Amino acid sequence: MKIPLSWLTDYVQVDDLPIEALRQRLDLAGLEVETIEVIGYPGAELPWDPKKVITAEVRAVRPHPNADRLVLAEVDYGGEAPEIVVTGAPSLYDRLGEANLHLKVAFAWEGAELYDGHVEGWRKSRLKQTRIRGEPSRAMVCSEKELGLSEAAEDILYLPPDTPVGLPLVEVLGDYVLDFDIKGPFGHLQSVYGIAREIAALYGRPLQADPLNAAERLGLEPAAAGDFVDLEIADPELCSRYTATMIRDIEVAPSPLWLQLRLRRAGLRPINVIVDVTNYVMWELGEPLHAFDYHEVQPRPGESQPAIIVRCAKAGEQMTTLDGEDRTFDDQMLLITDGEGPVGIAGVMGGLESEVGNATEAILLEAANFHFLNIRRTSQQLKLHTEASLRFGKQVDPALALPAAARAVELLQTVTNATIDPAIADLYPGKPEVQTIALDPALVDRILGVEIPHAEQIRLLEALEFKIDAEVMPWTVRVPSYRLDVRRPIDLVEEIGRIYGYDRFPGTLIEEPIPPLRRNRALEDEDRLRDMLVGLGLDEVITYSLIDPVDEERLHPEPDQRLTLPGEPVALQNTLSPERSQMRRTLLPGALRTAWANLRYLSRIATFELGRIHYKVAEPDAATAETGVEEPRRLSILLTGPRTPLWWREAAAEPLLDYFDLKGIVDALLQRLNLTEPVAWAAGNHPSFHPGRCAAVSVAGQVLGVLGELHPLVREAFDLPKQPVLLLDWDLEVLFEAAADAEAAKQVGSLSPYAPVHEDLALVVDEAMPAVSVERVIREAGKPLVNEVVLFDVYRGAQVGSGKKSLAFSLSYQAPNRSLSDRDVTKLRQRIIRTVERELGAQLRGG
Amino acid sequence: MSSFEALEQLHHQALAELVDAATTEALKGWEDRYLGRKGQITQQARTVGQMPKEARPAFGRRVNEIKTLLEQAYETRLAEIRNAELQTQMTREAIDVTLPGRPMVPGHLHLTIQALRELYDIWAKMGFEVYEAPDVELEAYNFDLLNIPEYHPARDMWDTFWVKGTNDQQAGDRRLLRTHTSPGQIRVMRERYPEPIRVILPGKCYRYEQITVRAEHQFYQMEGLAVGRAITLTDLIGTVTQFSHLYYGADRQVRVRSSYFPFTEPSVEVDTQCILCGGEGCAVCKYTGWLEIAGAGMVHPVVLENGGYDPDVWSGFAFGFGVERPAMQKYGVEDIRLFYGNDLRFLRQF
Ligand SMILES: [Zn+2]
Repeated sequence: MKIPLSWLTDYVQVDDLPIEALRQRLDLAGLEVETIEVIGYPGAELPWDPKKVITAEVRAVRPHPNADRLVLAEVDYGGEAPEIVVTGAPSLYDRLGEANLHLKVAFAWEGAELYDGHVEGWRKSRLKQTRIRGEPSRAMVCSEKELGLSEAAEDILYLPPDTPVGLPLVEVLGDYVLDFDIKGPFGHLQSVYGIAREIAALYGRPLQADPLNAAERLGLEPAAAGDFVDLEIADPELCSRYTATMIRDIEVAPSPLWLQLRLRRAGLRPINVIVDVTNYVMWELGEPLHAFDYHEVQPRPGESQPAIIVRCAKAGEQMTTLDGEDRTFDDQMLLITDGEGPVGIAGVMGGLESEVGNATEAILLEAANFHFLNIRRTSQQLKLHTEASLRFGKQVDPALALPAAARAVELLQTVTNATIDPAIADLYPGKPEVQTIALDPALVDRILGVEIPHAEQIRLLEALEFKIDAEVMPWTVRVPSYRLDVRRPIDLVEEIGRIYGYDRFPGTLIEEPIPPLRRNRALEDEDRLRDMLVGLGLDEVITYSLIDPVDEERLHPEPDQRLTLPGEPVALQNTLSPERSQMRRTLLPGALRTAWANLRYLSRIATFELGRIHYKVAEPDAATAETGVEEPRRLSILLTGPRTPLWWREAAAEPLLDYFDLKGIVDALLQRLNLTEPVAWAAGNHPSFHPGRCAAVSVAGQVLGVLGELHPLVREAFDLPKQPVLLLDWDLEVLFEAAADAEAAKQVGSLSPYAPVHEDLALVVDEAMPAVSVERVIREAGKPLVNEVVLFDVYRGAQVGSGKKSLAFSLSYQAPNRSLSDRDVTKLRQRIIRTVERELGAQLRGG
Repeated sequence: MSSFEALEQLHHQALAELVDAATTEALKGWEDRYLGRKGQITQQARTVGQMPKEARPAFGRRVNEIKTLLEQAYETRLAEIRNAELQTQMTREAIDVTLPGRPMVPGHLHLTIQALRELYDIWAKMGFEVYEAPDVELEAYNFDLLNIPEYHPARDMWDTFWVKGTNDQQAGDRRLLRTHTSPGQIRVMRERYPEPIRVILPGKCYRYEQITVRAEHQFYQMEGLAVGRAITLTDLIGTVTQFSHLYYGADRQVRVRSSYFPFTEPSVEVDTQCILCGGEGCAVCKYTGWLEIAGAGMVHPVVLENGGYDPDVWSGFAFGFGVERPAMQKYGVEDIRLFYGNDLRFLRQF
């Protein structure tokens, strides 16, 4: 909200405060100033030189000897003799030949920097001494555009008649416009007067004028009903007050300069006196007003007096709003209606039919109060946000309605110079009780940690117009009607702290001992796993939890092979785009899309992600009962590209990463987690994977997940290049549980000081026999002396026969307490060979 | 020539030849010639028996002396030659030590995780432990119980992703993607009552916002909560100041400004002197010299009550930090989308 400093000075003295100091004090008190626009002063887009751009008075207008459309203006600028200025201003041309004028203008000497009024856009130029059609010219009278005030370049700017001559213009029209970003639903801070009140409290200064007692100044006597309008509030819960003021004999004309300037500086567009005055009062006091064309407000059937009925809409009721849009209402939306139908959406926007136009002679001015939540609901449902709905949505004081109406009347009288004969009708069914709060001043210390003496607390609250009865404890604090945000003692504590100034608060540390601490296994597990994977050469990624649901389809290109994803998807009601419309139930799309994006720049990708998936469960358990959504942690790994980066000592054509690179990482990981033994491997069956290159992994009967090479069709569906893409998709809850069990079961025992005996064993088995099964049988048979079984060669060929393969293992035997004899070794070897023959049908190669 | 003279001559000859032996092979030959089983010195020793009896002891002694001397000279020479040969070999073996080593591809932790760990460490020193809460939340936890009822203007502070299919449910029961980590405050309070609390609540948050270089629809936040029987606003100020000193440096001043959040009162904004310009003013701090580092405040009595803590007995403070923003400021990252767009060229720099 933009507030010109010059407007604030109507109510509180601020012009003696350095602008930056003011800004800091306001910031500190929670009135955040986002930007300051400087007008005329140093720092402005166009600073006005105080010596060269000054106020002056046009005294006479004489013809230009050599030009028809130009005149010579005799200007008194406070110097010894008047200056003759050549000008083409149409309004001066109209006064050609007149003398004894007192037209106050902005006057610039040669050397002054101004905007060029004769070109498009904003171009600065320096005023030079010259001759215009033979007449010397070393000064000018300025237009609004030349001063940077508006785009009006046609005519010159006129200052108010009481403006002194010879003053720097910056003292008259210079300004700072403070753009506030006030956080929170504070209706009382949505106005110039509201900010002035805060400044007065912060600096302990008096408020200089009261814009709220215009009714008294004007002698306006409100009545419950007038003879000019038939008022009814059908729903007092939603409309606590409605005032209607009739103002006749108005000439719809542009507003005077000062009012236009203020509105423009506030960011509002001047339109005509009526609209401008309603906007002005809204800005000044925070009460949104609406003017109806009095003659367009219809009476009830059979009646003659125009009627205003505030009621909820009938479902489906329609009206065209001021912006020309047709609106349809539901039965919770509050409307302003007349005898025939809707004329406005309460607190949001008026109707087109009753709009004030140039032909309007009389207006019915609404100053009312509506329930803030209802206004916000209506505004959100209709997606119609206006300055009025914004203010009402932050709660406006109902006591403000009448003073605001009176203030509008007062202003209209001032700016139109018209004799208007106002009458006010005021229905106030929801007049609130005066709010009081019981405050124990000890609470201030208990919450703030700073001892503020009682007298100081009272002074700070009184500065904010609270009334305190401190005779008995707790104090009774009367809340001003406009402080709708203050209802609890804590609200008063904040007010005291805020005005006292947080910059005066010391820092302390919590005195109480640290609460009972708990270990966070979940986080420890995650971090340990992350470090292991990074140590294995993988880059961590964190992808979007919101994905494109189509990506789930892309993961199973063969339609008959459905992908089993857990639960039901968590889809969004409102989405930014289809690509971000559903919570992921698998990490794979994120991994694949990351690879795709990076392959544009990089050839080798090796990533992992450790993150949660999200899905709705049909029958929530204790942990998910509240949200009905399960959020387990999963791990994905993706590898693709050359195995190693290009290197000078190896052939240029590097082999590509394949399944065994991924398997190697997994083997190392399982080793680190002590899970090599407990984990069971089998051929996997997952629609996203190459059917012959997928492993299913489980541990302690629980499914850990799969790893393998991406199915070529899935690879195509994700637009990845024709090279192996290795993927892993695991359930971390299962992995961490198994790792914790393994950790708990770990017993190291003593390490044997005796050298191991090594020997090799080549076994011929059926082609389909998984290597891991052979290894397992060897380990079992060789217990407890076999301590290493390493597969070092796989051979297929004529020597072993078709349908067979030879697996060569390097074994090492070791006893904890003695050196093994040849006899021991032979016995062990034979036991192993017998067992593999019996259990697996294996043959010792060459045996 | 007497036997003695012949022996001495042999001695000199042997020493002279030893100097000439330049390789291990030559040296081996020398050893064979003089000290081997058929070597000349060995032969000399064998002649002792044929000598007159009285000459034997002196001659025998001398032979042995010379043998020892030659053996020592041999060892010394052998060491010299080996050393020279090793030098030659190593000179031949010299490589260009600046050639690239065998590539080991290092992995990288995601920048967000690194930032979170840094925060965890600092807060752990102050007794704050990590507490995690769900991403998909009940409206009640995200809003109502935090003193933000339906249609309340404060809800405008968060643009929310709503979960489909829950819209016809009772207000409060609807599901949404948490817009902040604050729902965890209610969860941890309800779980821990009546213990005092000191936790940080990190996590992914989501906002229904147009994505720009400054704003993402997904980001991390880290909230802190302390509840106790005598916790004050000055404790909050002291605690965040200590955090700032550890995180941004002890020479950075901290300031606290009044602000508004529905779930805290009083509410404050915490600023630290700009890490880049040190308070002089620069583009990062928008020429104010200050960076906003946290929104904070005293836990609102309604929130304490909703968490099960009696506000007449308990008080507490809460604060919320961005996770990406400080990292962006520190490393001059201008586009927040780099975090979860996962451009590896970006992530591999950390
Ligand atoms: Zn800076």
